[in-house]
Amino acid sequence: MTPSLPSAETIARLDLSNGLVVLAYENDASPSVVIGGYLWAGSLSEPPEQAGLSSFTAGMLMRGTETRSFRQINEALESVGAQLSFHGGVHTAGFGGKALAEDLDLLLDILADSLQHPTFPTDEAETLRGQILTALQRRVYDTGQMARLTFDALLYPDHPYGRSVQGYEKTVSTLTRDHLADYYQAHYSPQGMVLAVVGAMSAGMVLDKVQRALGNWQAPAASPNRSIPPRVHLHELRRRLAPVQGKTQSDIVLGWPGLARNDPDYMKARLANTILGVFGMMGRLGDNVRDQQGLAYYVYSQLEAGMGAGPWLAIAGVNPASVDRAVDGILHEVHRLRDESLPPDDLADSQSFLTGSMPLRLETNEGIASTLLDMERYNLGFDYLLRFADLVNAVTVDDIQDMARAYLNPDAYALAIAGPG
Amino acid sequence: MQIEQHTLDNGLTVLLKESRHAPVTTFWVWYRVGSRNELPGITGIAHWAEHMLFKGSEEFPKGEIDRQIARNGGGMNGFTWLDFTTFFETLPADRIDLSLRLEADRMVNALFDPEEVALERTVIISERQGAENQPTFLLGEEVVGAAFRVHPYHHDTIGDMCDLETITHQQLWHHYQTYYGPDNAIAVAVGDFNAPQMLGRIEEMFGPLTARSAPSVVNRPEPPQHGERRLTLEGPGNTAYLQAAYHAPAASDSDFFPLLILSSILTGASGMNLFAAPPPNRSSRLYKALVETGLAASVSGSLSPMLDPYLYNVSATVRAGRTLDEVEETLNAEIERILHQPIPAKELNTAIKQAKAQFAYSSESVTNQGFWLGYSSIVADIDWFESFLDRLTAVTVEDVTRVAELYLPRRNRTVGHYLPQGL
Repeated sequence: MTPSLPSAETIARLDLSNGLVVLAYENDASPSVVIGGYLWAGSLSEPPEQAGLSSFTAGMLMRGTETRSFRQINEALESVGAQLSFHGGVHTAGFGGKALAEDLDLLLDILADSLQHPTFPTDEAETLRGQILTALQRRVYDTGQMARLTFDALLYPDHPYGRSVQGYEKTVSTLTRDHLADYYQAHYSPQGMVLAVVGAMSAGMVLDKVQRALGNWQAPAASPNRSIPPRVHLHELRRRLAPVQGKTQSDIVLGWPGLARNDPDYMKARLANTILGVFGMMGRLGDNVRDQQGLAYYVYSQLEAGMGAGPWLAIAGVNPASVDRAVDGILHEVHRLRDESLPPDDLADSQSFLTGSMPLRLETNEGIASTLLDMERYNLGFDYLLRFADLVNAVTVDDIQDMARAYLNPDAYALAIAGPG
Repeated sequence: MQIEQHTLDNGLTVLLKESRHAPVTTFWVWYRVGSRNELPGITGIAHWAEHMLFKGSEEFPKGEIDRQIARNGGGMNGFTWLDFTTFFETLPADRIDLSLRLEADRMVNALFDPEEVALERTVIISERQGAENQPTFLLGEEVVGAAFRVHPYHHDTIGDMCDLETITHQQLWHHYQTYYGPDNAIAVAVGDFNAPQMLGRIEEMFGPLTARSAPSVVNRPEPPQHGERRLTLEGPGNTAYLQAAYHAPAASDSDFFPLLILSSILTGASGMNLFAAPPPNRSSRLYKALVETGLAASVSGSLSPMLDPYLYNVSATVRAGRTLDEVEETLNAEIERILHQPIPAKELNTAIKQAKAQFAYSSESVTNQGFWLGYSSIVADIDWFESFLDRLTAVTVEDVTRVAELYLPRRNRTVGHYLPQGL
């Protein structure tokens, strides 16, 4: 028995009257269910001097409701081996959870309670603040995190994509319990919220259960922020060192402004990125910097195409003495992708990888749920997986070169290096 | 679905499990060799040899392995740890034959080209340097090293830097010739296939390979510890970390399951998913005592099933503004409590239910199932895996009290403090 791909025929979608969209897909691979989703309450909606507010708020939702303490919520979930968590993001706040199918009611009940009735207890806010500040202090000594933080600020100055979603010590320290409660009131709403449920339960039953748990939620005072920040342009080389003393390895992030997920060029750019720093063991970057030069254990590229034009970047971890050679290696491969005609086999390999690996990405409930959420978020349509191979195979050798020339300028890029020095 | 176990004439163990929920199959080959087989001078060699199996053979030249797996839509990797070295591919089910051909080939035909060995030396040194950037790696290496004076679990799988700088091509080749052979390996397939057909194909591919002579075993059991060991480590940062490591029984020891329940009560359920974050532990005793109270930013525990007696590790990140001593005092108080008061039956039942849920989650993915089947055969046997939940369910409150008294006294542990030096 080989199940067909999730499609319009097997994905159930329901618009609740309060604006919440529910997606359900039945998968009987194991007796468990996964939930995932998002609301339009990301860091876009926080002022720069309150960076970290939206993420802090998301982290507080389960730390006390009108009828349950944080400890009661933890006990209720974990006593049945279930889990649920909220996290901040730039455009949206997200959540994810899982449970045995027999405990889906409990999971939805706690999700609904956390979303509708959080109380933001002061003592819990202080406990969470302490954990966030500890993480932010650790970040200062983490070369990988510092390279990325520095890169974002360099590429996106005075822009929401340039700010840390977790915030900074000086901003998180000033946030009060009332700031969190006010942010919640202003931005948490079922309007535009999406919830996907995947697992061993019929779609009809899932829709009923979600309707019961969240169908009555109203939040008329809230206005979900669905704006898209402006595109940035980079016309020069920007380089910055973030010193992290006493470390044995430096981390490098080198990149450019990329494109949005809905950009017509998206699939072309995705294939170009696959060739550059993904395919096989990290594409051409891995071949050059790791295999031929032996400089790095990890070197790869990623295209972060979301609601807006996120970065297209390369990442490497190398000995501090090898930073320049690694950067040269990365730029050499960028030049090749722009200047040399692409062997058709290279494109065919990456096309075959993207289309062939789809069953692996859809193997788990989590994988299916995240695919469903992308379909909804970016209006891809429920037939997207059926069309996927055609979209991938329509990309040509010339498209790859066009993408490299349009986006990957070897003379104008942002480069952040974190390490000793 | 039943697990089938077969042994080929050349000694290869074969484990098969049909799982028809997704059109995907995973194939693993596990070798009974890890850093447990290394003596000083060649630490890290098992892991380095694993890397060399990605560097080509005549049939699959360098780069061809990655290319062929990727262009067939597959994922692949290799891992080395204390007790094992393993390789896997997960592919669309109709392409899995590629994985069988690849693994049968590199079991005996990897080239170990001297130039590739030289290039990989710097890659592995880079891997170690990346790990050294993390204070928790540095502390863990010190604590485990102090807990094991005699047993080769003493050193980390990545190996000591001095050995990574000096291990020779000849030593790597000798390692490969000694430990890579059908009689020292376990092949595991889980997924969308017909078991008799799969067995037939494995026999065709692996059957012709000849057995190696039985490899020597490093047999240096760790003597009992008779007093608490303590150490401090200074390094960059502004965050302090604590690790406490208690000697623990091997996977096959009947004490293992009660101690697993105990670890679940103290530091949370163990995850069964190789590729996911560990399950949350916010209802565990140490989370309540350390994190809810604001002493620590996080706490975690691990009791890994191992071939020889290993460790129950408890790790905590000290919260900004609090001290290592405060965290350790509270940890000690919780250990005392569990030593002196029997656990409520409710906590025992919760631990069992959590384990059942983790088992269910892990069975969504054939790759995870392949991992657990192979891992279980390395550290115990398939019965250990199949009876896992039954054995946990059979644990009593008295069992838990008994193993707490046996393994949690201070004289059985090593405590490490990471003292951040600012900089």
